[in-house]
Amino acid sequence: MPDYKWPAMDKRRVMGKPIERIDGPEKASGRAKYSTDIKLPNMLYGMLLTSPYAHAKVRSIDVSQAEKIPGVKGVTVIAGPGTELQWQGAEIAAVAAEREELALDAVRAIKVDYEVLNDHFVREEDFAKAQAAQKVQPSGEVVTGDPDQAFKEAEVVSEGEYGIPVLTHCCLESHGQTLAWNGEKMEYFPSTQNVSGIAGDLAKQLEIPAEQIHAHQDHMGGGFGSKFQSDRWAAEAAKLSKGAGGRPVRLHLDRRTELQIAGCRPSFFGKIKLGAKKDGTITAWDSTTWSTGGLGGGGLNAQLMPYVYREVPNRRINHSSIVTHTGGARAWRAPNHPQVSFLTCSAMDDLAAKLRLDPLELFIKNANYTARANVYVSQLKKAAEMVNWKSNWHQRGDSGTGPIKRGLGIGVGTWQGLGHNATCKATIHPDGGVEVELGSQDLGTGTRTIIKQVASESLGVPMKDIKLNIGDNRYPVAGASGGSTTVGGVSAATRKATLNALEKLFEAVAGGLGAPAAELEAVDGKIQVKGNPSKSMTWKEACRKIGVTPITATGENNNRFPGGLIDGGVGGVQIADVNVDVETGVVKINKIAVAQDCGLIINPKTAASQCYGAVIMSVCGALMEERVMDAQTGVFLNAEMEFYKLAGIKDIGDIEVHLDIVPEYDARGVIGLGEPPVVPGIAAIANAVTNAIGVRVPTIPLTPRRVLDALAANERRRS
Amino acid sequence: MGSKRDSDIQKKPKTGFSRRGFMRGVGLGGGAIGTALLEKEAVAAPPPAAAASGPGEVPISLWVNGKEHKLNVEPRVTLLDALRDHLSYTGAKRVCDRGTCGACTVILDGKAVYACSVLAIDAQGRKIQTVEGLSQGSELHPVMKAFVHHDAQQCGFCTPGFVVAAKAFLDEHPNPSDDQVRDGLGGNLCRCGTYVGIRQAVLEAAKGMRG
Ligand code: FES
Ligand code: FES
Repeated sequence: MPDYKWPAMDKRRVMGKPIERIDGPEKASGRAKYSTDIKLPNMLYGMLLTSPYAHAKVRSIDVSQAEKIPGVKGVTVIAGPGTELQWQGAEIAAVAAEREELALDAVRAIKVDYEVLNDHFVREEDFAKAQAAQKVQPSGEVVTGDPDQAFKEAEVVSEGEYGIPVLTHCCLESHGQTLAWNGEKMEYFPSTQNVSGIAGDLAKQLEIPAEQIHAHQDHMGGGFGSKFQSDRWAAEAAKLSKGAGGRPVRLHLDRRTELQIAGCRPSFFGKIKLGAKKDGTITAWDSTTWSTGGLGGGGLNAQLMPYVYREVPNRRINHSSIVTHTGGARAWRAPNHPQVSFLTCSAMDDLAAKLRLDPLELFIKNANYTARANVYVSQLKKAAEMVNWKSNWHQRGDSGTGPIKRGLGIGVGTWQGLGHNATCKATIHPDGGVEVELGSQDLGTGTRTIIKQVASESLGVPMKDIKLNIGDNRYPVAGASGGSTTVGGVSAATRKATLNALEKLFEAVAGGLGAPAAELEAVDGKIQVKGNPSKSMTWKEACRKIGVTPITATGENNNRFPGGLIDGGVGGVQIADVNVDVETGVVKINKIAVAQDCGLIINPKTAASQCYGAVIMSVCGALMEERVMDAQTGVFLNAEMEFYKLAGIKDIGDIEVHLDIVPEYDARGVIGLGEPPVVPGIAAIANAVTNAIGVRVPTIPLTPRRVLDALAANERRRS
Repeated sequence: MGSKRDSDIQKKPKTGFSRRGFMRGVGLGGGAIGTALLEKEAVAAPPPAAAASGPGEVPISLWVNGKEHKLNVEPRVTLLDALRDHLSYTGAKRVCDRGTCGACTVILDGKAVYACSVLAIDAQGRKIQTVEGLSQGSELHPVMKAFVHHDAQQCGFCTPGFVVAAKAFLDEHPNPSDDQVRDGLGGNLCRCGTYVGIRQAVLEAAKGMRG
């Protein structure tokens, strides 16, 4: 068995280099094809009719007028008479037509008689109202140590209330698929994070064997955790296609529906009480929190608190789920973590302010409560240096007399990111060609690029000479891309497959080079005797010795046995530097400093992009993003991108990323970097705003209105 | 939008905040940024969801990337849908479908517009340039090269729109400052968060295009 371990940092030729993403030209030129771009001959356009009400019952549904419209080729009823619709946007019917406009006409021609159910919608922000409406599901109290005694003995007790609303994924490519039947078989072009698994999921819905579905995806326009399953709309498209004799159907959600039903991130609200010594050592924690993930309630793990600072000795945690008639939650980049980070770091920052301590010191002082004190202390110091904390930090609110207040704030995060299970197949052809195959997907994270880097490093063959096949369920199974598990999974599997293939090549040429296979190495397009480059042959010459049958080998990553190639568990710190105009309430990001530990980095360029992107998502979440539900009707008021705000290029300030690319961390192996940097940003920005204006804005996003309200409330308290 | 947008902004007093940032202050009360600008472009059209049913398809011709295309569309069909579904120019993407995100940006008579907010019938007789028309065969446009070089894309779904908007912006601002880039590309949105790379890419492309 070859020795799979990664080459030493200073010996790597391709890995560790900031190589441009290999599918960059295709994307930048507009040639890259996404699910929504696929147009098949004779294709029909599908569309859904969805519920305008948050809670209603279908009394009757009449599709006859829709079916009569010329060009309409099929109508399926999803919610027949008697069906209860549990949230706005719930699927009622689907149509397929020769043109999208006709599909729209057909959707409008469907007559539904609704019984609007008369239970008042509850916004989960309002715990008391939710309780009165019996929509609260407590998940029980968890007590560690003796919090009552600890609070009694505490030299200081700090209390605060915090809230973070539901966000949606708002993937720029909407959810959906293009598909077509060919007899019993289906060609399926989804937009998915789960190429190897999604056909099986659709097959289950359709009650057919999974082998009948061929799933293929070259590119996808964003998932962030919301695109693992095939969903109802795929099943309906399949039925419409079948009903139209197998004609292809393309059906993607319109923006409004995507925001309403294609996944969201649970909210998190609550009160936190901290007990501490005067020197800032935290001794007691008490949190009472609630959240909603929709009709199923919760979706949030409050037991992750106190976040990162897990080992506060005495703690009481209460959490409840609130049932709401809203589209269900789905994994959203780093599920749970940004929310619990925001609440925990806000409470710690409030404690520091109460003690008139520098929060940086308080975060450092309590580092022993974290799982990796050294990492956090060094990152806190690094990030502080990046924003010049020493000269720029001031006590909360001591930000001068002018209307523009500057402030700094800290957020922390952690994530697992251990590689998923994946199998890779490597083929070496007699003509020297190399092929690498995995049923994985590149969400835009750079997966294609890093796989080729690993293969090139292992085989000594230039990246451009390696043919990479991913994005198809005919290739060996690779895990879904979620939880930052892809880079570890595919890099380890590729490393093993390519080295396994190379071993066979060594055996084929050992005789010719007059050395045992174990003495050979592949370097710079040559096979040579280790340490003796004069005894070598070119890659092509070597491959000619294979004979007529190509060499194939597989390699598998099993994450229960990482074997030194991959690891999980990183820490990260971000510090935000903001300006707040207290006359307008507008928050402006000056800078966000990112200190992230990351294991072995295969491509520092795409790794940095992950960090930038994650920080920008945090800016969106901290300052503008929010699902706004009408308190009476449960209607999603801002379900259009005009009003569901995302940050633009001018809103993000400067972002400086420091990745700890050092032998000490490198030795751990590859660790996923998709989620870790998306965690601390919201907490950091919220704390920075508090530091600037001298008062906590309890609920994010920190819109001008919320900022001004908090300032006004503070003034009322004072006078 | 695009270059036109930029010149609009330049006339306004500098507040240090983006329009998007300003608008969100009024929450749901804010109007669409795109709409106001599109009025100036005189190419605004109601979004298709609000359009009345047409009198059936009418023959039109569109002049795309120097090539004439004859097609039949209903009057309510947007330029974006005509390009994507009736022809095969799928570089421009449909994302918000109402003039907010810029993913559908094309150049119409030299100006960047949101193709989702222009009716196909209104684009007749005008020069339409899509992202496909910017590269010469397999040779990438300098803006595209710079996007690749600075990793100004992740999922890439917003990228063609950004590339076209950047090209139109640079046509009017061959020597932009960093601030101008931030203003000039404020009409496009990216969910993956590639703005850092985009800023660098546009500045580099400007240098490259000046030669
Ligand atoms: S799709 Fe046209 S602006 Fe968003
Ligand atoms: S790169 Fe994904 S939306 Fe911009």
